[in-house]
Amino acid sequence: MLAKRIIPCLDVKDGRVVKGVNFLNLKDAGDPVEVAETYEREGADELTFLDITASHEKRDIIIDVVYRAAERVFMPLTVGGGIRTLEDIRALLKAGADKISINTAAVKDSMFVKRASEMFGSQCIVVSIDAKEVVEINLSNISNKSSDQKQWEIYTHGGRRPTGIDAVEWAERMEDYGAGEILLTSMDRDGTKEGYDVELTRRISESVGIPVIASGGAGSIEHLYDGLTKGKADAVLAASIFHYREYTIREVKEYLRERKIIVRM
Amino acid sequence: MIAIVDYGMGNLRSVQKGFEKVGYTAVITGDPNMVMDADAIVLPGVGAFRDCMKNLEKAGLIDPIKEFINRGKPFLGICLGLQLLFTESEEFGIHKGLDIIKGRVVRFPDNLNTTRLIKIPHMGWNSVKIKKRVSIFEGIPDDAYFYFVHSYYVVPTDGDVIAMTTNYGVEFTSAIASDNLFAVQFHPEKSQELGLQILKIFGEITK
Repeated sequence: MLAKRIIPCLDVKDGRVVKGVNFLNLKDAGDPVEVAETYEREGADELTFLDITASHEKRDIIIDVVYRAAERVFMPLTVGGGIRTLEDIRALLKAGADKISINTAAVKDSMFVKRASEMFGSQCIVVSIDAKEVVEINLSNISNKSSDQKQWEIYTHGGRRPTGIDAVEWAERMEDYGAGEILLTSMDRDGTKEGYDVELTRRISESVGIPVIASGGAGSIEHLYDGLTKGKADAVLAASIFHYREYTIREVKEYLRERKIIVRM
Repeated sequence: MIAIVDYGMGNLRSVQKGFEKVGYTAVITGDPNMVMDADAIVLPGVGAFRDCMKNLEKAGLIDPIKEFINRGKPFLGICLGLQLLFTESEEFGIHKGLDIIKGRVVRFPDNLNTTRLIKIPHMGWNSVKIKKRVSIFEGIPDDAYFYFVHSYYVVPTDGDVIAMTTNYGVEFTSAIASDNLFAVQFHPEKSQELGLQILKIFGEITK
């Protein structure tokens, strides 16, 4: 049986892991490659690097991080953040990334996703969606759909810009355009440690035929369980609970296994 | 020397690094002569079946690969490198493969997908059942996990080539073995220790 995936996410800025990292026994806790190796030893199923370097001129730095990580860890690597062109994708894949996550560039030009998946294969194109629940006053901005159901709007530019696009429709469209996976972040929950938006996650997961990764809000081990069960996610992504060593990946997997979730031990 | 066949498809560097990690040097090459002269070849590949066959043809690699396998020299196919060995694939219409193994490449049934219980691509870590004990898979226990990412799977006409199967809505062939010809649907280079172990034993066979 296919195992549910546990994916630690590393926020990388100018080639360094950001967020205070309390790793023990690391020579350099800010080095993404060393952190990646630790996660691999603990049994992470994949790794995601989110490049939050502001300047597009500094893209070579993340390429170098991926290049070095691919020499040392032997599991799938996803890279996201600031991907704009097919050339950006090609450079990262060549450096050793397996999947590239696209967010703002997909909204700017949805055909970019189509071209990318045709050129590199759906398996390596992840569409990252930042979604925020629509409060009633904004409903008029959002296209169709009956209003008795909750709605979510997608945002771009790291969650700063609203788009007026409905998240469920967008996910379905991205699947049609060849996305191989959806990385779904709830902006309402991101950073709150209150748990994933399981309603949003379930809606998207039930609407598309491609895998969905839940993200945003995981603050406890139960939240990961809820994301996979109530949220029907295929994988869960978390940053801070692993960074701050609140749980190791091994502990998370043991907890999930006891609750009959299939995980790779 | 192990040659990783470069025909413009896929993440070859990870495969090369995988061999390095277990103590073997592998060269990445698209030169038909180098492929022919190698002690062993690895055929990786991601993307669409049709594009891969087209690129192999363009690079003049089809005959060298067939000849290499006919001579009984060690061959390892990975992901699409498994599928390409088969007679034909139904991905984007029917397309002819290398026809070294009789059989077809088919898509995970769509009807499984109507309830959204089965997502396509089949992406992530799944377990294998050992159907045939062969040297290259020595030490791999039943239910060992490997990393998969694919939407199509192989159906060999002759079940004797099946070395492993995996369950994803259907039980499909996840590895084949026939003398020195080995191929896996999963990615050993992305499957941590057990994956690297396969590369290591392949390296040993090559010596």
